[in-house]
Amino acid sequence: MLELHEGSLHVKSILASWYDQISDKNYGAFIPFVGIVRDEDGIEGLSFDIYEPILNSWFNAWQEKAKAQNAYFLMAHSRGDVPNHTSSYIAAVVSPKRKVALSMINDFVEDFKANAPIWKYDLIGGKRVYAKERSHLLQGHGLLKADA
Amino acid sequence: MAKVEFLGPIGRASIEVDIQNLSELKSFFKEDKELQEWLSICAVAINDTLVCEADVPVSSHDKISLLPPVCGG
Repeated sequence: MLELHEGSLHVKSILASWYDQISDKNYGAFIPFVGIVRDEDGIEGLSFDIYEPILNSWFNAWQEKAKAQNAYFLMAHSRGDVPNHTSSYIAAVVSPKRKVALSMINDFVEDFKANAPIWKYDLIGGKRVYAKERSHLLQGHGLLKADA
Repeated sequence: MAKVEFLGPIGRASIEVDIQNLSELKSFFKEDKELQEWLSICAVAINDTLVCEADVPVSSHDKISLLPPVCGG
């Protein structure tokens, strides 16, 4: 399940809702990861753009991998501005087996960082500044660059 | 006309172009110096699937998306 929210995530209500959805499904492990915006380098927060069609494809591919191991992913992400000390990202996996879930959540979050079509901006002085240096090049980048 | 959309921080409005493949789009953008900086780091998707070769054919109803480097979370 993939949820997109405007602004900061309401962590407690999202996690409670997810727990209510999965607690009677006989999963032995529910492992959430909650990302919280840190106050660093003078930023007021972060801001995000999301391209939904490719994000959905990316997420569905991971859901198929999870299904093969009887696991299931849940994810929520913010769109727009997210002030410091609030959450922009929650990912969770449920699985009958703890070890499978722990391994999958790590791989999922790493691949999310590298490939999910989401763009991050620092909020500085009320303006959005693209976090280019912290961003990851996607496969096939430079395809349309003019030949030297 | 194929539609070209510039995602995330590129900050440009979509355009429509009359091209047969991505190599022609590459030529179309050749003189756009500001865009060249983005093109060196952008990935390309046709109809929401990333592509890695410029000779991929493009039809008039296709959507081409330029995706700058990403950083979710």
